Amino acid sequence: MRGVGMAESKNTKKIGLKAFRATLPVMAGYIVLGIGFGVLLQTKGYGVLWAAAMSLFIYAGSMQYVAIDLITGGVSLLTAAVVTFVVNARHLFYGISVVDRYRGAGRKKPYMIFALTDETYSLICGDDGFESERERHSYDFLVSLFDHIYWLCGGVMGSLLGKVLPFDAEGIDFALTALFVTVFVDQWTSTNKHAPAVCGVTASVVCLLIFGSENFLIPSMVLIVAALTLMRGKAGVSDG
Amino acid sequence: MDRLHTALLIAVMSAVTAALRFAPFAVFGEGRRTPAYIEYLGRMLPYAVMGMLVVFCLKNVSFIAAPHGLPEFISVAVVALLHAWRHNTLLSILAGTVCYMLLVQLVF
Repeated sequence: MRGVGMAESKNTKKIGLKAFRATLPVMAGYIVLGIGFGVLLQTKGYGVLWAAAMSLFIYAGSMQYVAIDLITGGVSLLTAAVVTFVVNARHLFYGISVVDRYRGAGRKKPYMIFALTDETYSLICGDDGFESERERHSYDFLVSLFDHIYWLCGGVMGSLLGKVLPFDAEGIDFALTALFVTVFVDQWTSTNKHAPAVCGVTASVVCLLIFGSENFLIPSMVLIVAALTLMRGKAGVSDG
Repeated sequence: MDRLHTALLIAVMSAVTAALRFAPFAVFGEGRRTPAYIEYLGRMLPYAVMGMLVVFCLKNVSFIAAPHGLPEFISVAVVALLHAWRHNTLLSILAGTVCYMLLVQLVF
């Protein structure tokens, strides 16, 4: 498996660049959302160390905004655990879909799992044509690491700078929505079996209308798994 | 608020988030074969989840109150159409985001 040293280091550089380029949209989104988080936390009386610790250890965008409310409200540990479970349950899906992809990643693996956010997942869930499993694992690891660094930098910057932004950044967080839309379009054009994608959108919209924006994620997940299970083996979405 | 309690809250939120991320790997770990059903879900979920994430991002958009979700609708359309046409991720995201920023800051 091991190539010649020179070729390998050249390859590592190539993969690093590829990972960096892929994470640029996340950089824009995470730094801005991270700044928003840091600023908000600062206004509640929690300084840069708190912002850094939360971005480093919780490392989940929307959850950290919710966390600010939980912290300032001084809720119980059990409440915090339940809310975190509800808001972040979708991460179970990411693990399930990369269990095989991350197999054999060795020492990098625990960190790659720890840092598997929505955005990192959206960047690694496609197969980008790597020559070896080792290369793909390096790429996945670097994407995870770069995204984590952007998020941490955003949180720290927001906490330190406060509300001084050089320009009006309202709406820049749309970059993350746009990222998910591009991945959705890529997936859509890569297959002629659109049932799973349609199922994901339909189930989420239906649950959003029924359960409201705060509570629709878990019902959506249940509905998606149920629908995919029913589709299994049927024409259109065959197993093979 | 009590700083120790805050630290504990952060620890709990970190632990639950990490547990959710690690759970599938703990159940279907190295050395074991992933059951066919889970493998099937793993292959299908990315398509379904990306749709769910787009809806998740737009969950607080109101179609009843002005501007009726128009900035989001227009910008998502710009991203989707441009991406279907050029297949350049950075270009699509940049154009869509600039479009959205202009719409929310200047138009609506």
